[in-house]
Amino acid sequence: MNIITKSPEETYELGIKIGKNLIVGDVISLNGDLGAGKTHLTKGIAEGMGVKDYITSPTFTIVNEYCGRLPLYHFDVYRIDDIQEMYEIGFDEYLYGNGACIIEWGNIVKELLPSNTIYINVYKIDDTVREFEIKSDRNLEFLKEMRK
Amino acid sequence: MNDIITLGIESSCDETSAAIILNGREILSNIISSQIDIHKKFGGVVPEVASRKHVEVISNVINEAVKEANIKLNDVNLVASTYGPGLVGALLVGLSAAKGIAMSLNKPFIGVNHIEGHICANYIAHKELEPPFTCLVVSGGHTHLIYVKDYGEYEILGRTRDDAAGEAYDKIARAIGLGYPGGPLIDKLAKEGNKFAIEFPKVYLEDDSFDFSFSGLKSAVLNYLNKMNMQGQEINKADVAASFQQAVIEVLVNKAVKAAKFNKTDKLCLAGGVASNSALREELVKQCRKEGISLFYPPAVLCTDNAAMIACCGYYEYIKGRTSAFSLNAVPSLKIGERD
Repeated sequence: MNIITKSPEETYELGIKIGKNLIVGDVISLNGDLGAGKTHLTKGIAEGMGVKDYITSPTFTIVNEYCGRLPLYHFDVYRIDDIQEMYEIGFDEYLYGNGACIIEWGNIVKELLPSNTIYINVYKIDDTVREFEIKSDRNLEFLKEMRK
Repeated sequence: MNDIITLGIESSCDETSAAIILNGREILSNIISSQIDIHKKFGGVVPEVASRKHVEVISNVINEAVKEANIKLNDVNLVASTYGPGLVGALLVGLSAAKGIAMSLNKPFIGVNHIEGHICANYIAHKELEPPFTCLVVSGGHTHLIYVKDYGEYEILGRTRDDAAGEAYDKIARAIGLGYPGGPLIDKLAKEGNKFAIEFPKVYLEDDSFDFSFSGLKSAVLNYLNKMNMQGQEINKADVAASFQQAVIEVLVNKAVKAAKFNKTDKLCLAGGVASNSALREELVKQCRKEGISLFYPPAVLCTDNAAMIACCGYYEYIKGRTSAFSLNAVPSLKIGERD
């Protein structure tokens, strides 16, 4: 389904709704242009998961870990040139670990993602308006609520 | 006091490095096996060498460091290694090598915080420098303002709430079609541009905050580029680079100088990869002179990730009476000043 947000604040609110619904083993693949709001949505998701720390961009560090209601592993795989590198940083242990994963630019490592992955594509409509396309086989509560 | 020879090992991100340091501040060797060099040599990205294969080079890097220092491994008195922050898989390579060597030599081992290591690079570059001082740490992954109370005692004054300064550089470089890493390329291009050509937002957050935020600036630059493209207008990349850089530097410099005055320290240090940015140095030199603050920064080779700074940091931890247990694990999200 597709959701439009009209401001960064609305994007953050959407993130909170998603974050409240995440469970152990959930993986979100987040795709969209530079500046589309991937990290901003993640900040909302983290808040929804009860993370108190600042969510900083993992572009350089590749993965940042946070403690919330459950552990949150925030990836940015833009700098990954070869998916083999993902094995070397222990990607599987994060994916099948005791927390939830958010993977910015997840399409780069698509073949490694599990079948329960939630795909979110972000499209820039203008400076502040964004369209989020959410695809998931999981029956997500927050999506049901939003459909009403 | 007898001479102390420290072996330092660093493998937290892209670089694998080993160094031998005498009495904390004198470099006998500092070997860095850089991924970026490999990329450049092959004129682009080669999948086989692109991966972060610390494990394949670590032994050679350590052997080379010992050889260049003209010592024997047995002469090492202390082994220091980064244990965070960074990638767990990468950190474990250097950490395990360090523990193995320390154990086999029956010498003390100390785990070091990577960002504290960056700060300590200043001790190597400036033999007279002693705490207390204020330090601005700016790199690809980190932007911090730190109060260094004493050797091994750090207090976080402020940090970024979103993008690190170096990351903002890389992202803008990507958007205007420059290469990687973006910092030096924007710095170079900016010299040809007018830094007052475009007014980008300078984000200071709350009045009393030493925190940073560069995500809004990134969006503003991207929106500007987008708007110009839509209107079919030509973009002056040098002006964009110069104006963007001006917005970053103004905030970094003003906050750093304010923090130094807040701490009543007359010394300000610069550290991390972005510390080699020429425009940032120029502006800091100017402002510090005006305020009567002495400015210190390391040479470029000590600004990048390297093991000499880790050895120096480990040496001062050891002097303070700290060592680490061999059970020490890698801590990917290790905070500055955190001790186990």
